[in-house]
Amino acid sequence: MIPQSHLTVVAPIADGRVDDLRSLLLSMNRLPGVADPENALIPFGHLEEVHFARFLVLEDPTLQDVRVYNLPPPAYPVYLAFLCDFDGPLDDFLLKLTNCAAVGLTRIFEHCEGFSRKVNLLAWMKEQNRDPATAYVNWLGRTMLQVREEEQLLLSIRGWLDADSSRGKLAPRQLQNELRAYITAEKSAGRLSLTPEPATPITWELKNIAHLIAVPLLLLLLLPFLILYAPVFVIQLRRRERSDPEIAPRPDPVYVNKLSALEDYDVTNQFTAFGSVKPGLFRRWTLIYILWIINYTTRHIFNRGRLARVSTIHFARWVFLDDKKRLFFASNYDGSLDSYMDDFINKVAFGLNVVFSNGIGYPTTNWLVLDGAKDEQKFKYYIRRHELPTEVWYNGHPGLTALDLQRNSLIRQGLETPDMSDSQLRQWVQLL
Amino acid sequence: MAKPSPVDFADIQGLVRFGYGALTEASFLLLRIRDAAAARAWLASAPVSNAVMLAKAPDTALQVAFTCEGLRALGLGEDILAGFSAEFYSGMSRDASRSRRLGDAGANSPEYWQWGGQDRNPDLVVMLYARENQLDGWSQTVRGQQWEDAFDVLDSLPTSNLFGVEPFGFTDGVSQPTLDWEREREVSGDELVYGNRVALGEFLLGYPNEYNKYTDRPLLPAGGDAVSTLPTAEDQPQLRDLGKNGTYLVFRQLAQDVRGFWQFMDRQTNSDPQTRLELAEACVGRKQDGQPLVELSDQPIEGIDKHNAAINGFTFDADPTGLRCPLGAHIRRANPRTTDLPGASDNPFSKLEHTLGFGESSYGKDVIASTRFHRLLRRGREYGPGLSTDDALQPAPPNDALRGIHFICLGANISRQFEFVQSAWVMSSKFAGLWGESDPLLGNREPIPGCPITNTFSLTQRDAVKRHITALPQFITVRGGAYFFMPGIRVVRFLAQI
Repeated sequence: MIPQSHLTVVAPIADGRVDDLRSLLLSMNRLPGVADPENALIPFGHLEEVHFARFLVLEDPTLQDVRVYNLPPPAYPVYLAFLCDFDGPLDDFLLKLTNCAAVGLTRIFEHCEGFSRKVNLLAWMKEQNRDPATAYVNWLGRTMLQVREEEQLLLSIRGWLDADSSRGKLAPRQLQNELRAYITAEKSAGRLSLTPEPATPITWELKNIAHLIAVPLLLLLLLPFLILYAPVFVIQLRRRERSDPEIAPRPDPVYVNKLSALEDYDVTNQFTAFGSVKPGLFRRWTLIYILWIINYTTRHIFNRGRLARVSTIHFARWVFLDDKKRLFFASNYDGSLDSYMDDFINKVAFGLNVVFSNGIGYPTTNWLVLDGAKDEQKFKYYIRRHELPTEVWYNGHPGLTALDLQRNSLIRQGLETPDMSDSQLRQWVQLL
Repeated sequence: MAKPSPVDFADIQGLVRFGYGALTEASFLLLRIRDAAAARAWLASAPVSNAVMLAKAPDTALQVAFTCEGLRALGLGEDILAGFSAEFYSGMSRDASRSRRLGDAGANSPEYWQWGGQDRNPDLVVMLYARENQLDGWSQTVRGQQWEDAFDVLDSLPTSNLFGVEPFGFTDGVSQPTLDWEREREVSGDELVYGNRVALGEFLLGYPNEYNKYTDRPLLPAGGDAVSTLPTAEDQPQLRDLGKNGTYLVFRQLAQDVRGFWQFMDRQTNSDPQTRLELAEACVGRKQDGQPLVELSDQPIEGIDKHNAAINGFTFDADPTGLRCPLGAHIRRANPRTTDLPGASDNPFSKLEHTLGFGESSYGKDVIASTRFHRLLRRGREYGPGLSTDDALQPAPPNDALRGIHFICLGANISRQFEFVQSAWVMSSKFAGLWGESDPLLGNREPIPGCPITNTFSLTQRDAVKRHITALPQFITVRGGAYFFMPGIRVVRFLAQI
């Protein structure tokens, strides 16, 4: 199994260069916000291991909100963010990326502070790379190669079935046998390829096991302290939940139109949101702790098609900036933003609440998990208001939802399992 | 909590409560305001029908609803208009992003619309209903003195009485939400059982919705003679409520290619009448007489009365693979009858397990949103002459009549109700994990990047591969549409005074 990795380059944009950079980024697009896979700067289409990538300017339009705490808005830099989700280790990818698109990357990063043609591109990108506080992958180890091969497999099977209508009426076992013979022939003829799962890198495996054990162990060690602190935490939390102001006015319609003009060209969409953590150590430490726990669950539990009940998110990440006083969230999801927000509200409000209630202005929560996002309209206003336009977005498998990818894998597994039981076979043929 | 105050039916336009089925004649006048003063004078005395139940259905009815432009033309300020929902404020057709989401692309593009697109936007719709042979007289009565000065008629949409059957020949309007007029519904936490009784605030502004919240609408500071006639906002008693007892009305004129529909079914089935009918029924999800293809539920469903249960008392829970009713059938997409937490039972462990996603974690389970937040109250009417299946199989004569449905639905939240159902369920080529299909009736068959094919329809077969019907033509084309606000009656009178 080859695990996916993430690149999260975040670098301050040089003074006065933001507009230039924005127009350069726009030149990469084929549709509003949608990258041309063959664009001259970074031909993403040639980077076969990339699932998703995006460029955007991290400029928080809600920076003034901190004034409700009688604090002046700090002077944060405006950042450029370059995000990639890809297969294999970071170092291999960076090497390939810089070989493939050094000129384009240089032209883009020249707008950032501390970068020029003289700087080593690869080393600089690595320096600017941030580790997400939490990263989510829909299906651990499902590579782009696998995605492509399994989609080809599906198309091939559909073609075979459509070519002769009597095939669809075969009994499941006979159908599987004939399909296996057909696919084997197609593979021999070089028209199909189903690469076997490669071995998992041993270093990754060891690190993963270490993480699996270390976090609960650490929690166990911390337990006495956590128990002692719990009553204090509850008092601190409840006091803040009663007094923290909500800032969820209706977002500016012009801004919303700008955002929605970048959506719904594909069955999958991008989402990026940005905001400041509530002032003070209490909220910051709470957030750090919660994201640390969530990261444990996404790494070891929610890595087989679902983040809790939500089966439409391909990749997501939460990233701290500026001494953990600011946080941005970026995700790739199936469906329209409205259905995504409805999932947030109706399925995982508790998950949204524990994280984002530590952000300035979030709709009031109760005991950290209750209410909050359940205030549907306020929550939707809050989300849109904190959303940033994603200037450039690339999807390596347009038109394929996370469910499509899962179904294709199940079809392949069934094909490669000759000894399925009758009931398994009956379920399997329904997928074709 | 104190008992909520009773509903004032005299302040609600009747269409929210009644379909006016006994008034078999109807016409919808799409108007532009020529003279605002004359329009206000007409509104001041227009005999707008309310929702009070009479011993006998009335002989006539009148309803009015306004677009955002119409309210602006009457004199409502931008600050007040901005208090309506963003969808209403922007309109159905003006924003290309909205058209993309609604599937108004290709032949459905607003640029081809008869009305509602480009510069053919109405200011208001006047809806006239009457018993047989009384519509002309009623229309004269309603017009009155100021009418000619007040309005230009952009379009006059006639309707026809097909006796409860839509033009393809299927009983229509079977499934409707039951409104909680008594205000007894208490929503708290996840609902584990599908119910058909819906909070009043889903269909009327000024009342709590399914989230137990009041949907945003324009609220005005008290003061002035005109404003003081407005109802008080229940959630903010210091303010007057311009939305109270009003709702949004989504209007789409949908042309139906009845010949195309039946001739396609005929070709797919080698002209065998029985299988032709079965295929058409599979597309709809009901038999022509309205009986669902799935079995009726043995448990009563809250909000579906005994009479209606014989045809509407079902969910799709017993047919998870779509063997009886295809997963992509029209009625499954338009109203999937899902609960908040599919599969969970009423104990804390099961709820927690399902909330965390461990309950229904296998492929294709729990992928459709909870239905109660996405209900439509439909009030459409057919237009054009009826056409039997046999006649529909004949080639079209020259100048064949136009047929279709004036789709009308009411709701307090256009984006969460109509737009969600339209984009996430009806038009989606990925609904319920399907592949390459959209609604067999309503789909526009337009390719999406990465999905060149959206014109198939799949039928689950027992112990065999799904049967794929391919190359479905477009059967339904959007010919017009707009978002209207249908105010409460006091607000109608208020608009006459501004």
